[in-house]
Parts: sequence; structure tokens; C-alpha cells
Amino acid sequence: MAKHIDIRKFTGFRAIAVLCLFLLYAPLIVVSVYSFNDSISITTWGGFSLRWYEDVFFGPEAPKFKQAAINSLTIAIGAAVASTAIATAAATAMLRAGKFKGKSFSFMLINLPLMVPEIVTAVATLIFFSAIGFVSGYMTILVAHIVFCIPFAYLPIAARMQSIEPFYEQAALDLYATRFQAFRMILLPLMAPGILSGFLLAFIISLDDFIITNFVKGAGVETLPTAIFGAVKLGIKPNVMAISTLLLLVSVVFVTLSYLVGRMGENTEK
Amino acid sequence: MAGPQLKSTDTDNSNYAGLGPWLLLPSWLVIGFFLVLPVGLMLIYSFLTKEFRGGVVWDFSPAAYDQFFFDRGLFGDSAPTIELTYISIFWRSIWQAAVATILCLLIGFPTAWFIATKTGSNRTIWLFLITIPYWVNLLIRTISMKFLIRDNGPLNELLLSIGLISEPIHMINTNFAVQLGLFYSYLPFMVLPIYASVERYNFALSEAAADLYATKWVTLTKIILPVVKPGVIAGCILVFVPSLGAFLAPDLLGGAKNFMIGSLIEEQFKGNAGNWPFGAAASMILLSMVLVILTIYARQQVKAGDR
Amino acid sequence: MHFNPNVCATAAFLALSAGTAFAEGELKLYHWFDYIPQELLDQFAAEYDVTVTMDTFDSNEAMLATLKAGKLGDYDVAFPSDYMVEIMANEGMLDTFERTELTNFENIMPQWIDVSFDPGRNSSIPYQWGSTNFAVNNAAYSGDVNTTSILFDPPEELRGQINVLDSQGELLALASMHLSIPQCTSDREQLQALNDLVQAARENWASFGSDIAKDSLVSGDALVSMIYSGQAAKARAEGADISYAFPSEGYVLFADSAVLLADAPNRDNAILFMNFLLEPENAAAVSNFAQYGSSIIGAHEFLTEELRNSPELNPPSNATGRFVQACVEDVQVVYDTIWTNLKE
Repeated sequence: MAKHIDIRKFTGFRAIAVLCLFLLYAPLIVVSVYSFNDSISITTWGGFSLRWYEDVFFGPEAPKFKQAAINSLTIAIGAAVASTAIATAAATAMLRAGKFKGKSFSFMLINLPLMVPEIVTAVATLIFFSAIGFVSGYMTILVAHIVFCIPFAYLPIAARMQSIEPFYEQAALDLYATRFQAFRMILLPLMAPGILSGFLLAFIISLDDFIITNFVKGAGVETLPTAIFGAVKLGIKPNVMAISTLLLLVSVVFVTLSYLVGRMGENTEK
Repeated sequence: MAGPQLKSTDTDNSNYAGLGPWLLLPSWLVIGFFLVLPVGLMLIYSFLTKEFRGGVVWDFSPAAYDQFFFDRGLFGDSAPTIELTYISIFWRSIWQAAVATILCLLIGFPTAWFIATKTGSNRTIWLFLITIPYWVNLLIRTISMKFLIRDNGPLNELLLSIGLISEPIHMINTNFAVQLGLFYSYLPFMVLPIYASVERYNFALSEAAADLYATKWVTLTKIILPVVKPGVIAGCILVFVPSLGAFLAPDLLGGAKNFMIGSLIEEQFKGNAGNWPFGAAASMILLSMVLVILTIYARQQVKAGDR
Repeated sequence: MHFNPNVCATAAFLALSAGTAFAEGELKLYHWFDYIPQELLDQFAAEYDVTVTMDTFDSNEAMLATLKAGKLGDYDVAFPSDYMVEIMANEGMLDTFERTELTNFENIMPQWIDVSFDPGRNSSIPYQWGSTNFAVNNAAYSGDVNTTSILFDPPEELRGQINVLDSQGELLALASMHLSIPQCTSDREQLQALNDLVQAARENWASFGSDIAKDSLVSGDALVSMIYSGQAAKARAEGADISYAFPSEGYVLFADSAVLLADAPNRDNAILFMNFLLEPENAAAVSNFAQYGSSIIGAHEFLTEELRNSPELNPPSNATGRFVQACVEDVQVVYDTIWTNLKE
């Protein structure tokens, strides 16, 4: 067996993996630590304090960031719900509806938002909205987000559906269930982990977006990334670090959730 | 309902045969109306005449592409020569993205290999740790990097205090900072696909090679790399393509001094230039480049599948 | 954990469901970054029961581009500089008002009423005035800062540590003064010289940024930064050891205005707000916040002592300030080419 271990190991790979982790985390950890800095200057350490967190929630800029957070969250939820529903229907068609015309074309279409560079999508959407006179604002952001969230929701949903054998629904159909009943009572429950993963991925992708939002947002409508971007240009202030740390926490919660969902999926398969 | 009758004719994956187009209708409508149509409109705009200070006039004109490819001097009336300005902006973006991709590959491949050869909960924890940064807001990661590497930032302070350097290393607003930022932004995109292909790698192949007295290096380059190549290529594309049109890293870390593709396009719509047809043309050129890369990739995949 | 994100999310939802109880009136501003105190907006909102929202821009050109990209009709009031008021008026982007609509109109200093860019003030009111030059880190350079050579032919110790504004108008205006050529010249040799000058100078510049100018001086990312006078004063207040320059070759003077936008969705509130800005106390509040000069009679007495004596607002008598000019299309095309060459 010693030979096996030998084959798998390359000298230095462990060191590089550790370096990789370090590179990924060092900036985030440094910012988190400095968000607890009591000093007004960001570079000198003035002792531990929660003042910048207080500033985020109750300071002069609190209403602006609060509104941005509300916009970000509601847009992310709206975009995730819509794109998950669309992606679930699409995955059912692609994997459960046999052969039909335009199938490979549809596959390309669903993945198109992944292929078009973000800046190009942003420009095209801006031109389009301004040409059809769609007044920019909250709705323009939501619509744009739904579009680019579809492939992200589709990936985990399709992956899950592929792993579910079609016998279950067939058995239901044999017992004179309607196709809608078979879908709703058999496929959908089995799909739950995949749909939830798709939803979470779409949610985080929407929450993350800056470029497209920046192009299509309307008067006075900010999301957290655009609000943070505006604030950071004037200098990286401790309160921006506090917001960043909070968002970091949200991300960790989400990745943990999606990991647990993934585990749930593995368990139900067995 | 027709369910039971259908069953007799269907293959094992057509429980909802006939419903396909209906189920796909929402995707077609949403993506068709809000992405395909806009890109089509953008193509049209790239052939329109620019309006002074932003906007378009609905007259056909190839001026945008002419401006991109031909240099007619400062005053626009010299004999046309090949325009290098925009080509070099594109070239710089390609170069930056390539450096970032290579950095990602150098760090990402060993990491992916290391994780994939771990077992049980150890592997899960490593995967989990690599995934988290991917879920963290890209803007926040870029800001963190900016904070870390500024002249009197924590990194320089640390290096100064342990005596490794005697004066701060100037990193912010340099090309290196942009490459570092792109590398940092997309590193997880490199690790995950490589991990997936190494995980499927059959180690019996390595064993066989070792039995035949192949050195580790030979095993890596001649046996392992060809097998895990699809994962490596997927990782490179996932890093390279978004790096090409990146906006945040050049703007926040590069000091917006040199145009990259992303900022050049942004400038046409939100900045000083206000030249919509040109912005649309530059977008179309970027899109074509990406689609060519993806088509080559898809062809290779198909070929690999045929084997 | 005290700041549990789930609690935040729940709180956000509660706030949203309760959020429909907004005041009926709205006012949408399109303003420069860091240019109006939040307290003043809150005061206006409370006084007139109006919800005020504000977006910010970082250059006149960016504002113009955004408004032309379909955002006109979204905002009520914008804050362009002198030359941009004229451009916007020519583009048909401004609405006009009658003097009688603004009860505080007579508070405007007479010399600021008949201005070249809006004679008689039919669409705009003066907001603040100041200058756009550059500031130099005192520790890094001890020579004479009052020359445009600092930017265009910098001394050895400042090279590669210079931030310039990401703003074509101001940068090319200063460059023109450095060369002693008129702005928006149509003379080919002069335009060529202008192009060559900035091309050569960019080697010494580290970054292009308007909103980062103050922070780059405070943080030390840059030793020299082209900067708006008020931002320079703020940088000094935040601890940057800098001198603000008034180049003897000439300097860029600006007079920002509040303009009534065409298709303003809340024209009445826009007029109310403009009138509100003409109150001496409110004008002074803006000045004290932004560190610029006011053009309102009676505002002076509300200014802080510090501001009245600030070096940024008291240019030496031997320096001449000039407004940025709006170029005609033919010249503008060349300017745009110079600008793209510059950032290539």
C-alpha cells in the first residue's frame, strides 16, 4: 500500500495548497480584523471596538446602506425564485421530455448568459432598455438579474435530475397518476435538494453582481455592491470593512447551507 | 390524461414527452427577449452614426469599426494605417488575463491534486475551505486586496517589521496589482474543475507507469496531464474569459490608468467619450473573441467524446 | 454572534413591508460625490415632507453620458459645472423657471447672475465655486508647487506618484495653460503639442481617479494629486500634509450650479429644493461641508473661521483662474482622440 500513497503525492503540492488557502483568506481575514479597529485611520491599530458596526447600523450613512441591503436582498430573492422556476421547467424539458425540435439550440440558449461576458450583457441591456423606453430603476435590475441567474440555477437542478431515475414517475404514471401529479408528487420532492442548491447559487450570484447592476440601475436605486463601490472610491473606511465582514458572514452561512443541502441530497439518493 | 398510453412508446427519459417546448417557453422568452434581442440591437448600434456627446443617429455607418481598426491620425484625415491603440488595449487585456490564468494554474493544479488525493472528511473540509471565497462578493474580495497591498497597508507593514524589506514595495496601481487581483478573483474557478477531473483519475495508470520505472515527472506530464486535461482546460476558460472583460480589478487595483477592454467599453457609455456605436463595436469584438474560444473548446470536447 | 445575518435578513423584510409608508412627495438629485451634507438633505426632507434620493457622479462628462443614456426624466435636479450647464442647455436637457418661482432669487450675488453659461439664470442657480488644481505632499517635495510643471514635467522625486483626475475637461484645460495655448484650440500644431505633452507626462502618472484623489493623498498612495480645492481642504483636515497649488501659468476655476432638468418628475419639489439652497444658512452649510466658496449673499457670516481663511479659497493675486470651455464638435473629436491615446 505504501506504493499507492507514493503515487499520489508530489513534493511541494501540500505547501502550494497551504499557500493557496493563505492567499485566498489573508485579505479577507485582514479586513475582518481591521473592521474591529477602534481608530478612525484605517492603517493604525487603536484597540478592539464594535464602533464601526454601530456606525453601519445607526451612523449617518445607515439609511443608505439599509436601503441598499433591502434592495439587494429583495432583488436576489426575486431573481432567484424566478430563475429557479424557469430553470426547473427547462431542466424537466431537457431531461424528461424525450427528443424534440430545437433541443440542442435550447441548451445553448439557456447557457448563453454564462458565455456572454458580463460587460457585454451590461451594455446590450442598457441599450435595449433605453431603446424600448423601459424606465430604469428597481425593475430593470430585477429583470437583468433573472436573465443571468438562469444558467446558474439550471446547473445544479439539471445535475440532480440526471441522477434521479425516471422509474419513480413512470410507476406513478402506470398507476394512472396524471403527468402533473407525477411531476408534483414524485419528481419535485425528489428534486428538492437540487432546486434548493440552484436557488442558493442564483441568490448569491445576484447578490454578487456589480457590473450589470451599475449599468441598468435607475435613479436613487442602489444595491449593496454599487453602494459599497461608491463609498470605497472615497477611501476604504472602517465602516466599509464592517459591512464587508458582515457580507462575508452571510456568504459563509450560505455556503454552509448549500453544503448541508448537498449532503441531504446524497443521503436521499442512498 | 394520456400518461399511461404514452408510456408504451417512450424511452426511459420522456415521461413528459410533447411538453418540452412548453416547459422551455419561459427560458426562450426571458433569454430571447432580454439577452438575444439586446445583443442583436447592440450589433445594429455598432453600425450606426454616433451622436455628439452620447446616443446614436439612425444612419448606417461603419465608422465605429473603422475607428477600431484604422488610424487616421489625430485629426482624422491622414491616410489610414492600422490602428494599434485599441488592438493594444485588447492585447493588454489578453495578456493580463493570460498571466492571471497561468498564476491560477500554477497554484490551482497542485492544490486541486492535493485535495483530490485526500480522503474522507479531510477532503471535504479542504473543498469547503476552497469554495467559501468563491461565494464571497467579488467586490469585497477586490477591496480587501486593495487594502492589503497599499503602500502603507498591512502587507508592507508586516514585511517592514520583520525586516524583510527596508522600504514599502509599491504594488497598488501597477499591472502586477491587476494580475494579482484577477488571480485572486478567479482562483477557485481553476481549482474546482481540475479537482473534479483528478477525482475521476484512475490511479492504476500511475501505478502501471511506476512499475515501468517512469519518474514522477514523466508520470505527471505523460500520463496524468493528458487524462486530466479537460479539467485543466475548463479551469483555464473559467478564469480567462471573465478576466478578459473584468472591470473591478483594473479599476480598483490598477488605478484606471490603462484602459482594459472592460473599462474602454464602460468609458463609451458612462465616461468621457460618449461614443455608443464604438462601445457597441468593441463589445461585439469582445463577444466574438469569447465565442471563438468557446467554440474551439466545444469542438475539442466533442472530439474527446468521440474517442 | 451579535450581528447574525439571518436577523439582518428578517429585519430587512420587516422594514420592507413597513416601507410603503413613505411621504408622498419625492425629489431625485443627481449630484457630485461627497458634495452635500446628509443632514441638509434630511432637514429638507423633514421640512417639506419629501423623500429625497440622490445618486452621485464623478465627472461632468459621466453625468452627461448617464443622462443621455436614458436617465433623463429620472432626476429632478443635477449639479453640473459652468461649461456643462451650457452644453446641457444646448442639448435641450434643461427646463427653465421664472425668477418669481424662487423667492430667494435675490440672495444670489449679482456677479453670479449674469454668467456666460446661463445669462440671467433661467435654468440654474449658483451652487458652489472653487478651483481644480493639484496638491503636493510637503514631506516629499519642498520646491515651489505653484507651477503646472509639477503635473506635466514633474521633478524627479514625484515621478510615478501622481494621480490625475479622470476628467478630460479639467486635465486638458490645465495642459493648455501649461503650453500657453487657448483652450479648445483648432490650430493643428497646438493640438499636436497638447497630445505630445500629455503623452509624455503620463509616464509619470500613477493613476487616473477623481473620487480617489483625496484618499490617495491621505493614504499616501500618491504624493501629488490633481484635486478639487474643497477635497484638498478635506484631505488636509484628515491629516494629509499637503500644499494646494495655484499655478502661475493659470488655474482652473469652476462654478457649479444646481440645474432644473427637463422632464423632471417632481418639478415643484425641485423648485422648492433650489429655493432651499438659496437660503444663506443652507448655502453656508454646504460650504462648510464641502469646503468651497458660496455665491449667496449673507452666507459668509455662517462660514467657519477655518473656511474663510482656507488657502484653497484665497488664491494668490498673481494667478489667473479660467473656466473650462466647451469645445465645438470638430475640436471635441480631437480631444477625445487625445484622451483615448492618453489612456491607451
